[in-house]
Amino acid sequence: MNKSRSAQRRLAKADLVLLAVLLLFGVLAFFAVRMLTQKNGTDVEVLLHGEIYGTYPLSEEQKIPIHQNGTVTNTLQIADGTVKMIQADCPDKLCVHQNAIAGQGETIVCLPNQVVVQILGTKEPGLDSISR
Amino acid sequence: MKQTAQLSLFLALALICSYIESLLPFHFGIPGIKLGLANIVVLLALYYMGAKYALAVSVMRILLAGLLFGNLFSILYSLAGGLFSFACMVLLKRCEKFKVISVSTAGGIAHNLGQILMAAAVVENSRLFYYFPVLFLAGAVTGILIGTVAQEMLLRLPVERMQTYRKEKP
Repeated sequence: MNKSRSAQRRLAKADLVLLAVLLLFGVLAFFAVRMLTQKNGTDVEVLLHGEIYGTYPLSEEQKIPIHQNGTVTNTLQIADGTVKMIQADCPDKLCVHQNAIAGQGETIVCLPNQVVVQILGTKEPGLDSISR
Repeated sequence: MKQTAQLSLFLALALICSYIESLLPFHFGIPGIKLGLANIVVLLALYYMGAKYALAVSVMRILLAGLLFGNLFSILYSLAGGLFSFACMVLLKRCEKFKVISVSTAGGIAHNLGQILMAAAVVENSRLFYYFPVLFLAGAVTGILIGTVAQEMLLRLPVERMQTYRKEKP
């Protein structure tokens, strides 16, 4: 009887330890990923259903309509060295609400339309030079 | 059966939570972050009725809320997140050392993790894991908040009291 009651009490030491470990892990993971991605993207690669639809330079301002099944389902815009989804016919429009991306590793995804926009760069992410 | 009535009540509550959440604009520029209000109800069902019923609440809520307030695509990802989240919550609850807040935090994190895993699998792209830390932390924070609400309710309406209501003759 006591054991089930105690499970509903407020925090105990075990909980604080667990929460601290989880938060620490999260923060470390955040900085780890941050270090591995750099703001030196050069090209934008658009994938449709996992296959390459097209590659475009980040330096060139342009609007890219993505065609699927005869209609334009998504529209990308490259401007100021960043990429943003400006139009989508998906029901949730999460992709349109997402921030513009510019660094390697960042992506914009429209799950319902299976569109993935990712940044390519010339440098290997995370490493400036490899010494042999 | 009293169980059915109680289950339905929980389901209705969970749906209302989903509805309220669908009205709140919760866009942070990063996909996959949500408050998870309905998880308060799943947690309560878990503690008051047990894993079997709580699972029913969770799955049925995801299906119905997806049909009513969301869209068909989102159901797949919500289910992936919801099931993984539920498994983690049941596991953590089994370890009697952890209280509601821990269970809820694990649930929140696991829900977001489950969603990225499913999304990455569907679009066959592992780069989506770039968002893993943000979603991990967001899931932890919302988990703590949701867990606090559930905790305060459980403290005021203890499980034992609810069970004595059930044992009374209908």
